[in-house]
Order: sequence, then C-alpha cells, then structure tokens
Amino acid sequence: MSHHLVEVRDLFFAYPDGTEALKGVSFRIGHGAAVALVGANGAGKSTLLLHLNGYLSTPRGEVRIGDTSVTRETAAQTRRAVGMVFQDPDDQLFMPTVGEDVAFGPLNAGLPPEQVERRVAAALERVGMTHVRGRPPYRLSAGEKRAVAIATVLAMAPDILVMDEPSANLDPRARRRLIELLLSFEHTRIIATHDLELVVEVCSRVIVLDDGKVVADGPARELLDDEALMLAHGLERPHRLRHLHPH
Amino acid sequence: MGIADWIEIGRMDELGRMDTPVHRIDARAKALVTLAFIAVVMSFPRREVSALTPFLLYPVVLLSLGRIPARHILKKILMAAPFALVIGIFNPMMDRQPVAAIGSFVVTSGWISFVSILFRFVLTVGAALALVACTGMNRLGAGLGQLGVPRVFVVQLLFLYRYLFVVADEGGKMMRSVELRSDGKRSLRFRAYGSLIGHLLLRSMDRAERVYRAMVARGFDGEIRVLQRSSFRWTDWNFVCGWLVFFIVARGWNLADGMGHCLARILP
Repeated sequence: MSHHLVEVRDLFFAYPDGTEALKGVSFRIGHGAAVALVGANGAGKSTLLLHLNGYLSTPRGEVRIGDTSVTRETAAQTRRAVGMVFQDPDDQLFMPTVGEDVAFGPLNAGLPPEQVERRVAAALERVGMTHVRGRPPYRLSAGEKRAVAIATVLAMAPDILVMDEPSANLDPRARRRLIELLLSFEHTRIIATHDLELVVEVCSRVIVLDDGKVVADGPARELLDDEALMLAHGLERPHRLRHLHPH
Repeated sequence: MGIADWIEIGRMDELGRMDTPVHRIDARAKALVTLAFIAVVMSFPRREVSALTPFLLYPVVLLSLGRIPARHILKKILMAAPFALVIGIFNPMMDRQPVAAIGSFVVTSGWISFVSILFRFVLTVGAALALVACTGMNRLGAGLGQLGVPRVFVVQLLFLYRYLFVVADEGGKMMRSVELRSDGKRSLRFRAYGSLIGHLLLRSMDRAERVYRAMVARGFDGEIRVLQRSSFRWTDWNFVCGWLVFFIVARGWNLADGMGHCLARILP
C-alpha cells in the first residue's frame, strides 16, 4: 500500500460567505513527483492545499491520499502522511525553542522519547539547522525559519510534502538552498508558488489553476513556455526559458 | 523595536530555560507553593501591612536562586500596576477614619488598606511572574496538567500566553504604519483608534486561525506535550513542605512585629 499517491476528484468548495473557491478540480499525482500548483492570487491554490490534509472538507468531490479517502474520520491518518509547510513560518513555529518545535509533531504522534529525539536530530540535520536547535524560532532569519519549518514537517516522516509559497521572503542565497533541498527530497512534492523560476528548476509537472478550475496540466517546461497561456492566467513566462530559445 | 520586544515575552522563555536549582525543581511543586502563597497572602485582613512583609521572602528567593534579573520582573509588575491602582484608589477617599498621625499628616485607615492592596499586588504578581520565569510556560502548563487541572484550562493558559506575542506583533506593525503616515504627530483622532483596534482584533483572529491550522497539520489534538518527563523527587517535597511551613508560621504570627520586639529587647 502506498501513501504517496494524491488524487483529487471533481472537488468543489465554497466558503461560508458564498465565495466559490474551487469549481470542480481533478488531478492525480504519482509517487515521488514534484508538481507545481500555479495561478494568480485568488485562483484557489491555498484552498486546494487545505483540502489535501483534511483541514477543509466538502461534500462535493473527493481527495484520496494513497488508498484512503480524506474525511473527518481519516484526517489524523492523512495528516501523518501529508506534511504541510505553510506560507508564513511565524505561523508554524510557536514553541519556545527550535528543538521543541520540531518535536511537536512526533510527540503528538505518540512516539517514544528516544525515537522523537532521533527524528528531531535527523530532521534538523537534513535541513542543515542543527546549530539553531536551542534557539527560540523568532530569533532566526527568514531563511533559517523556512528551513526549520520544513524540518518540523520532515520530523513527522510524511510521504507527501505540500508547500505554500516556500520561497516567499527569502534572499537569493536562502532561496538557492531551498531549491537544492527541494531537489534532494524523494517525497511526492506539491508546491503552490508564484516563483516560476523555482518551478522550472524543481518541478517536472505544472497544474495551472484559474478561478477555481484546472485550466492546464502538463509538463512544466512545456506549459511555462507557452506565453499566451501564462499571460491569460495572470502568470509570466520564466526568464530561464526565454534564454533557452532566443527570440 | 516593536511592542513584542517591549513586552519581552521571548525573554521570559529564555529565562525559563535556564538551569539553576530553582529551575530544576518540579513545575508541580513550584505551582503548588505559588498557589498556596497567593491564597495565604490574600487571606490577611484588609488593613494588614507589616505581617505581609515576611512573605517577600518567597519571590525574592525564587528570583535570586533562579538568577532572574529583578529589574525584568519589576518592569512587568509596573505594567500591570494600573489595575491595582484603580482597584485600590477609592479606599483613601471612602474610608477617612484616622488611625495615626505622622507629624501633621493624618494616616487614615483607607490609606493603610490602599497600601495593603498594592503590597499584596506586588507580592502575588511578583510570585506568579517569578514562577513563570523560573519554570517556563510550557513546563508549567504540563505541570498543571499533571496536577489534574483540566486540559481545557491548561491549553487556554498556554494559548493566552502564546497569542499575547501574536497580538503584540500585529499591533506593533499597525502602529508603525500609523506612525509612518501621521506626519510626525503621535496623536490620532479618536475614531481612527476605534478602527485600529477593530482591525487589530480581526488580524489577530486571522493569525490565530493560521497558527491553529499549522498546529492541526502537525497532529495537534488539544494537548501540548513536552519532551522531558518530570518526576517528583525529594528536593521537590522539601521545597513544598519547607515553604508551606513558613507560610503557616508567617500567617499565624506577625514575624515582622516579633522581630521588632526581639530587636527591641536585645538592643539596650
């Protein structure tokens, strides 16, 4: 049984105020893939992400993680399989020290102390943040905070990593480190972002959302290189691709 | 420098993580003793001042053995002082019965109860702050949970503490943007403040929702778990028993008076 598959079938969602955020979204993501979710502000990316770990749920449509349908009953199980890195690390890091923050997820999963300790050490090591373990999270730089936020999720040993704007607010060097980190993961990765240059480097597939619907789904380079498509949905053809084909 | 720096919530966490004899005492022991301390201090009659003075010993011992800078705690006490002032300030006006005179100044019983209220406030708030500073909020929360305090209250307490930082942060950002657009003048029209506070509430609620969402994503189920398990040792028992005995003695006999009499007898 594999938890690495993500399948979304005909998902509809409206907020209580009547705003229809998702209007029939479907896609299927296989084991180990790196997929970018792109689209203009308000296209429904964040709403979609919140369905992937069962934080939001709706009677119309279905989300499946592996063989399990995500419902209120299976949410706890889903959250162990789907690690979610939120847009603002300040929302994610709230314990007094980095180490305690990384231990938060494994402790909630009820792991024994020795195993929690191992997970924490391994996760911090993985993102190169072992040296900040005893520091309070709000004293870190934006790049360090991002890395630690990723470690907090890695420590839960998820099969799928979901990230909302991972490169937001990072300086070029921190962003470069993030890209290398993302490339080194074997997890299934779903990355919602406006950073299309990062998408070109990290993702093999792109799903374009507009007004709550999937308007394009295909190989990253092909879609991102389609200037008409990009402009029609509030996006832009990445520079990196422009240099590949001189105009 | 934002409001968050001014409140220095992070400093409290840092102090809570230090390793001193007081920090090593089990959170439950410290919580119990502090609760007993507050109860005993509050149980004195309303015009009592001198008998309360020996109780200063408890917060002072916690702070000095815990190597907590007293200045830091005093600053926080001052921040909360307006509440005690408002509660106590009517006493001198309502209760004008004279009890003593110092030169031409007549001390009324209202003034004495006012001083008593302020003194109790300093003692209890000081002890509570000292407790947090030499335990750390999360360990204290876990300790209260182990003592049998319902989980709902413990989690409320921890969140109240955590979100104070969140709200202060949002407030700081808003004040900065107000300052940048108010042409050097600090004062704002009354209506602008109303809208500002409304926005602060909404933003804090949004922020709280996002923090909660991130916690739920990591399996939060209403309980905050701490890695280090604590066990109640002999030193913890000694700490609890020692202080309780002291409180009982200091409640039963006016130690300050007694010491005064003693000194008067020894000194010719």
